[in-house]
Amino acid sequence: MSNLLLFPIIIPLLFATVLMLFPKKVYLQRLLSVIAVVLTFISGLFLLAKVSADGVQAVTLGSWPAPFGISMVSDMFSVLLVLSSTLVTLFILFYSIPTIGIRRERSFYYPAVLFLMVGVNGAFTTGDIFNLFVFVEVLLMASYALIVHGGEKSQMRESIKYVLVNIISSALFVVAVAYLYSVTGTLNMADLAVKIPEIEAVGILTVIAILFLVVFGFKAAIFPLYFWLPGSYFAPPGAVLALFGALLTKVGIYAIMRTYTLFFTMNIGFTHEVLAIIAILTVLAGCVGALAYFDVKKIIIYNIIIAVGVVLFGISQMNVAGTEGAIFYLIHDMLIKAALFLLVGILTIIYGTSDLRKMGGLMKSYPVLGWVFLVTAFGLAGIPPLSGFPGKLLIVQGGFEGTHFWGSIIILATSLLVLLSVMRIFIYAFWGEPKKILPVDKARYYAMFVPTVILVALTIVLGVGAELFMPFIEDAGEVLLNPSLYYDAVLKE
Amino acid sequence: MEIIMSVAIGLMFMAAVYLILSKSLIRIIIGTSLLSHAAHLLFLTMGGLGGIAPPVVSDGVTVNDYADPLPQALILTAIVIAFAVTSFFLVLAYRAYQELGTDNMEQLRGTEDYE
Amino acid sequence: MRTNDVMLQTATKVVTFIILMFAVHIFFAGHYTPGGGFIGGLLTTTAIVLLMLAFDIPTVKKVLPINYVVLTAVGLLFAIATASASIIFDVPFFTHAYDYYDLPLFGETSLHSALLFDIGVYLVVVGVTMTIIQTIGEDE
Repeated sequence: MSNLLLFPIIIPLLFATVLMLFPKKVYLQRLLSVIAVVLTFISGLFLLAKVSADGVQAVTLGSWPAPFGISMVSDMFSVLLVLSSTLVTLFILFYSIPTIGIRRERSFYYPAVLFLMVGVNGAFTTGDIFNLFVFVEVLLMASYALIVHGGEKSQMRESIKYVLVNIISSALFVVAVAYLYSVTGTLNMADLAVKIPEIEAVGILTVIAILFLVVFGFKAAIFPLYFWLPGSYFAPPGAVLALFGALLTKVGIYAIMRTYTLFFTMNIGFTHEVLAIIAILTVLAGCVGALAYFDVKKIIIYNIIIAVGVVLFGISQMNVAGTEGAIFYLIHDMLIKAALFLLVGILTIIYGTSDLRKMGGLMKSYPVLGWVFLVTAFGLAGIPPLSGFPGKLLIVQGGFEGTHFWGSIIILATSLLVLLSVMRIFIYAFWGEPKKILPVDKARYYAMFVPTVILVALTIVLGVGAELFMPFIEDAGEVLLNPSLYYDAVLKE
Repeated sequence: MEIIMSVAIGLMFMAAVYLILSKSLIRIIIGTSLLSHAAHLLFLTMGGLGGIAPPVVSDGVTVNDYADPLPQALILTAIVIAFAVTSFFLVLAYRAYQELGTDNMEQLRGTEDYE
Repeated sequence: MRTNDVMLQTATKVVTFIILMFAVHIFFAGHYTPGGGFIGGLLTTTAIVLLMLAFDIPTVKKVLPINYVVLTAVGLLFAIATASASIIFDVPFFTHAYDYYDLPLFGETSLHSALLFDIGVYLVVVGVTMTIIQTIGEDE
């Protein structure tokens, strides 16, 4: 089966199309979308087995020879990301059934989620820079649909800014691709990895690398390009927010990690230095935001930005520990951000507001929710043995092994600030005098709570069982650090 | 020829940025579509303007006068995407105008809902 | 407020069919010469929009009772199915097949699996463009 690596893209695409045929049959929509995500996950597992047995998988669309056709490439890194994004989508789907509201369900909510998955999985799998642009546009179109979905006033207002920022970054993407094409004459990532070291004009390539950093930085929300993120992510409902927070910025991070390890390695002294500095600034800026706001959604949204910085700092080190740490932390962050957004979504539904000052004393009425939140908060901050710890440890180690020990120290220090920011939610929302809460139907509460708890349990498994996952992470890191593994697999045919 | 094109593209970018920075939503949308056109033209220029024969293998076409098909194919894709995004943006702007009663970006600042 | 548009309506009745015929021509020309599903779909849309301008949206809806979202989905299904057929034959995705046939009336014609894909593109383009135009045009 040469096409196995395309299944995580085709299955959601097919189901999304079928679901567009009958938007009003809500139960069928729910059922089929869950089936689609489960099938995608299973195909992802098969792909994982295949990749770990036979190494990097590649297929070139339309049977054209490799540098001319569009290559789709699955290495361990992309498979792991496809699997975790699919898993996160599955739980968010379960969570959105009781929360998203029948009106949204009847107007193409599920097809939009599946199209988003097509874009995300496609962006993780593609081996061609221009095809990456196309998949990013697919996921952006789906995200535009999801962010305006429901048409509340604040959604309208914020989505205009979101769409505008993304159109500008897409135009820059085309410009960056154009420059790259005129210098190298190819857009296939594997071919680029072969050709770029042969080109002597390092200066112009450095400019192009920084331009790509700006383009992907818009998507990944790095400093100072994250300005659009807090406002836009604040507007949509909880489930959509979780989907965006867990997946969208990760595509930008993936693109930076891929391009900066595979082919923009001609001037590491400059580009990766810039990346490290920007990463640390991103962490600091995120911390300021996370501590400044009294709004549960905002606090977690700023924590997305912190995680972006941490992962990018790991990859900027270009050593084994830093890269493996970045991969582990990226996967951890997908799961834990989804879990946190779902928990915060439940809090918002219980209190009817996301303002922290109107919350208090929930420990008496919802004790289990409180303890689950505490565990998730510890996981986010990276307290051993939870899932944030191994990734952060490796990233910090990478910083000490490289030349950026100051960055590692800042990341360690900011971990405390991250912990403080989420503990503030815990203290304000669960301790103190009980404040007014809205009555929530028991069945509905459990329909929201159960998928969330399973997701939290998965993050605990990822943390406690880190030893089990490390071989996969090491595989992924090896391909990132040895581009020859990647381009040999693609160009062999 | 490339120089003239570059200057033209620069002017288009300038106009696009000017329009995007204005307050009226409809001007911003015109600006974004101008921006993507400029990006597409840039792609065409960067691919090299040499080559007048169509990129099809036929009699009398040598490699030298053969136009590079790749930028054309990629731009076509990018144009379709830009078309879809622009039309979505237009619909969004229209709905937002109905819902919010204004198309002035000054009044669309989202500060009152949260601190 | 309806002005006297007898001229427009009469002309439309003829012109629409010319545009539609041209759309079909462009669509089939698409493989070896300029044309194809995308431009054919856009031409078809212009024909429908011309009808909407000359008459009004309810009339056109009565004449063409098509749900354009469903049309888009059907088009996408066509495209995916054509591309996925390569999975069954275990060749890379999107691999196409073609052959030459002697058809009555047309003579020797090349038939291409990309044609099916193009039908999908055509339907998607008509569906999406009409959905957008209807969304803006429907409420006055």
